[in-house]
Amino acid sequence: MPTKLIINCETGEQTEVELTAEEVAQREKDANAYKAEKAAKELADSVKAKAKTELLKKLGITAEEAALLNA
Amino acid sequence: MANTYTLIASSTVGAGGASSITFSGIPQTGYTDLVVKVSGRASGSGYDFHLNAYLNNSTTAYTERAVYGSGSSAFSYSASIAGYSASLMGASGTANTFGNAEIYIPNYTSSNYKSYSVDNVTELNSATNNRADLLAGLWSNTAAITSIVVTTDDGTAFVQYSTAYLYGISNS
Repeated sequence: MPTKLIINCETGEQTEVELTAEEVAQREKDANAYKAEKAAKELADSVKAKAKTELLKKLGITAEEAALLNA
Repeated sequence: MANTYTLIASSTVGAGGASSITFSGIPQTGYTDLVVKVSGRASGSGYDFHLNAYLNNSTTAYTERAVYGSGSSAFSYSASIAGYSASLMGASGTANTFGNAEIYIPNYTSSNYKSYSVDNVTELNSATNNRADLLAGLWSNTAAITSIVVTTDDGTAFVQYSTAYLYGISNS
């Protein structure tokens, strides 16, 4: 069972507490949300990279040459 | 300028890992500001993860303005999020390296909204996938801060030897 650490600043006492079923469920929910967000970002980056490659090919220039346009 | 810097409490994660670290019963007198220093690594795959910190266990009313660099690119963002964030190392990062973050909270017992700042770097020892964040935030709540919870936003745990330190600062 996952645990959490709680430090009481008044006493200095540290306790290790097992997560409740609700807390475990929330952690799993957070993990799934994180994975979905990450997958969406990777997909968006992939689409953007592909579009960039196709544009460079269409223009007949390299990425280095394209960078010079912004210099 | 702060003229004291006193360790209030600290914690080191043991062999089993920990999903979060909570500082409770934070003193309401003797200090004006709080500083939390976290050296952390998350158990999930990936190079970096967000470190979330919740004030008084609240997951609402946070807003941020941030700049960060990752690899060769720089970005900025504004957001309303559930707890403010910095970056930690993930399991895909260089072995035994950690992300280091500092959270500064001035006037933590005041009856005004709470401002805070966060800066962090990931100790990747690599020319790529390094990450650094610098942000300013606001927690729109007038309650005095009595507890702080730090955790990861991906549902994984802090690995062994991750640490969190809470310091009190007095400006008088």
